[in-house]
Amino acid sequence: MSTQAPVASASAEGAAPDATFEPVIIGFTCNWCSYRAADLAGTARTKYPPNVRLIRLMCSGRLDPTFVLKAFSEGADAVLVSGCHPGECHYIEQNYKALRRFHLLQRTIEALGIEPARLQLVWASAAEGVRLANEIARVTEEVRALGPLNWPAASIVDVDGMELDAVWEATGGDAGGLPATPGGANPKHGAEAIK
Amino acid sequence: MTERIGVYVCHCGTNIAGVVDVAEVTRWAAENLRDQGVVVARDYKFMCSSPGQDLVTDDIKEYGLNRIVVAACSPHLHENTFRTATARGGLNPYLCELVSIREQDSWVHTDKAAATAKAKALLAGGVERVRRNEPMEPIKVDINPATLVVGGGIAGISATLEIADAGFKVYLVEKSPSIGGHMAQFDKTFPTLDCAACILTPKMVAAGTHPNVELMTWSEVEKVEGYVGNFTVTVRKKARYVNEDLCNGCGVCQEKCPWKVLDGDFEAGMGRRKVIYTPFDQAVPRVPVIDRPNCPYFQKGTCRACEKFCDAKAIDYMQEDQILTLQVGNIIIATGYDLFDARRIPQYGYGRLPNVFTSLEFERLCSAAGPTNGNVVLRDGKTPPKTVGIVHCVGSRDQNYNGYCSAICCMQSLKFAHLVRERTDAEVTNFYIDMRTPGKGYEEFYDRVLEEGGHFVRGKVAEITDAARLPGEEDKLIIQVEDTLTGKQRRIPMDMVILSAGLEPRAGAKDLATRFGISCSFDGWAIEKHPKLDPVATMTEGVFVAGCVSGPKDIPASVAQGAAAAARVLGRIQQKQMNLEPIKATVYAEHCSGCRICNTMCPYNAISFLEAEGVSSINAAMCQGCGTCVAACPAGAISGTGFSDEQILAQIEGLLSVGADGAPLKRTAYPETHHEAIEEAVRA
Repeated sequence: MSTQAPVASASAEGAAPDATFEPVIIGFTCNWCSYRAADLAGTARTKYPPNVRLIRLMCSGRLDPTFVLKAFSEGADAVLVSGCHPGECHYIEQNYKALRRFHLLQRTIEALGIEPARLQLVWASAAEGVRLANEIARVTEEVRALGPLNWPAASIVDVDGMELDAVWEATGGDAGGLPATPGGANPKHGAEAIK
Repeated sequence: MTERIGVYVCHCGTNIAGVVDVAEVTRWAAENLRDQGVVVARDYKFMCSSPGQDLVTDDIKEYGLNRIVVAACSPHLHENTFRTATARGGLNPYLCELVSIREQDSWVHTDKAAATAKAKALLAGGVERVRRNEPMEPIKVDINPATLVVGGGIAGISATLEIADAGFKVYLVEKSPSIGGHMAQFDKTFPTLDCAACILTPKMVAAGTHPNVELMTWSEVEKVEGYVGNFTVTVRKKARYVNEDLCNGCGVCQEKCPWKVLDGDFEAGMGRRKVIYTPFDQAVPRVPVIDRPNCPYFQKGTCRACEKFCDAKAIDYMQEDQILTLQVGNIIIATGYDLFDARRIPQYGYGRLPNVFTSLEFERLCSAAGPTNGNVVLRDGKTPPKTVGIVHCVGSRDQNYNGYCSAICCMQSLKFAHLVRERTDAEVTNFYIDMRTPGKGYEEFYDRVLEEGGHFVRGKVAEITDAARLPGEEDKLIIQVEDTLTGKQRRIPMDMVILSAGLEPRAGAKDLATRFGISCSFDGWAIEKHPKLDPVATMTEGVFVAGCVSGPKDIPASVAQGAAAAARVLGRIQQKQMNLEPIKATVYAEHCSGCRICNTMCPYNAISFLEAEGVSSINAAMCQGCGTCVAACPAGAISGTGFSDEQILAQIEGLLSVGADGAPLKRTAYPETHHEAIEEAVRA
């Protein structure tokens, strides 16, 4: 690995955290426990922040590490992995495999410069709608405090498809004039990366 | 093939439309997801209604749609509905995708703008995913007509007889020496006061002698493998030390056995039984069991009285546990409940104050076949009580123990009040929080007990003590209670107190659930597939629940559930085959390097290594579709149908195409070096 970047700290180097920042979180849930917990939270009208978007997998063991990295690369501020409690897996023991991958992935993203807290694991049984809702709320608040995903060497791409250079030119090469991302990427790092 | 996608956004009355701006989501999808292949987007009041489904089928024909996305409720509720509608339109049903904007959006969020933005994101994820959906065919599996019923209480017996009478084989596995369950311990049943034994024992005998029933008592299920239609069940048949084939149930061994021990099971500690015993006289089967830890022969090597007196030569001290393997197509779990242990409430004095009884102890006291021949007397065995207090909600509706209502205790307490009045001249007082009598003839029974002169005090009992403070309290149990109808603290002296203990899940309920692959609630009750519309099915195909295993129930409800579960099983048996979701993993041999990493991932041993070809291969029949091997394969050589990498990665893209404000998500990107770093990390 050529670029061993230090772990980013959005609030430390950048401006004060943006009060309007709403994190976007991708959640992976298993079909049998945690997705059912989400269903139960719904049926029971248990409220939680709208920042999480869930993807159903048959089992947390299906969680391919690339799914998590893909989510970060597509702009997720955090990833939540949820499955049946240890010992209660519908497929006997596959959530333990998810657990192993989770720990490896946390180290991986840390090496890539992403705070480990942006990847969280929550066990929730099919009966624990309230627990899942509370955990989603907790993770949302933690990520809100961390600020937007802010890679140390990050630059900014407007989603409309403008290339980096085009953005750079369009803004007259002035880092301060870059279009604001939610919360703003670190302009200093961005400028360095482009140069 | 160019995707032509139809998008349907459901209002669900106001369930969705009350929070999510359905029209806006629809408009947005039509405009912004055009490049993804959306050619038509509609919203409708109730998509699951017949006209709603017709929108899908008609549009498939009119617009030549080849993909469908319905944004509505959870796929666990209506996925099948819309897949069927899609199939009616002439498309493969698996080309339909359901997006949950009710359970995961409108029902859990209050901010309308944020919920609408989230609905757009979820919809975009569904559209991206459905583009990668492949047509699939359901897997057909044969249904083995034999059924396993676990638990021989009234629910299990009821299920067993329904299936056996329909002409199919049933294995009834019961862990105690006889079937009958809790009902066999009761004297009378509310509200009709039917003699419990009189209505139960004919059913027990019918189950025990039915040609289609193989009764396995003193047995426990150890392992369940396979899937609906083809379960392989391992049962441990514990050694009885009595040969079932030779024993004629004459009972001489029990008569001659010189050793008695306290019977903590059937007699609830109220009576004693012999060391070789059947739990009660009407036990089915009549074959006794030797209580090995208490038998002097097994412990000291002497006695053998039972063997000496057995004419049938049925005593077999060498008998060992047998491990039996059963092949069944469906399983009904009817393992019942445990009584709340009243010792856990020390201020009620149970176990310390002799004349505090539990409900089950009182049932045995009332039973004509019980330790007192049905005489209601104090713990000394002879004194009839002059005053009896019945405490409701012991261990139920109490945040310190169980928050739920045990459903049967009010009626059970009223029954006790009646029985005390019938058999003694004692005054009876019920201490209740709320009187709950929701059943046929239940309220009428309450009225009857009132007319019989039963007293009622509304209030939760604080303490039961023998510490007399006032005249008239000497040698009595004093019930300290706040009478909430008069607003006064009262001390009421009693001779006898009955604790109407609540119902709890069986000890080890979680283990049982894991063994059968079903889920438990936080309390430990089994979770039904749907609490209202599918109360006897579970999320695991082919595994059903009946009776108190899924929550407290009275006898009529347990019987009805047993029959309901049997009806569900019979439906499966009659179909002979059923369709399963074709969610399976497959190895692309040409991509497989033969590293065998996946081989150890599979808990079902479905993956084997083909030495000749040098590649791994997955047995489709054994694969349960969890997808762990798909994620583990470093070469990406395993594909998981229904949940492929392409589908999930596309869904991630879709979900993240919309920001929290509904506008396109602004992303931070990262330099190429990070791309390499990620790939390196993934490879590692």
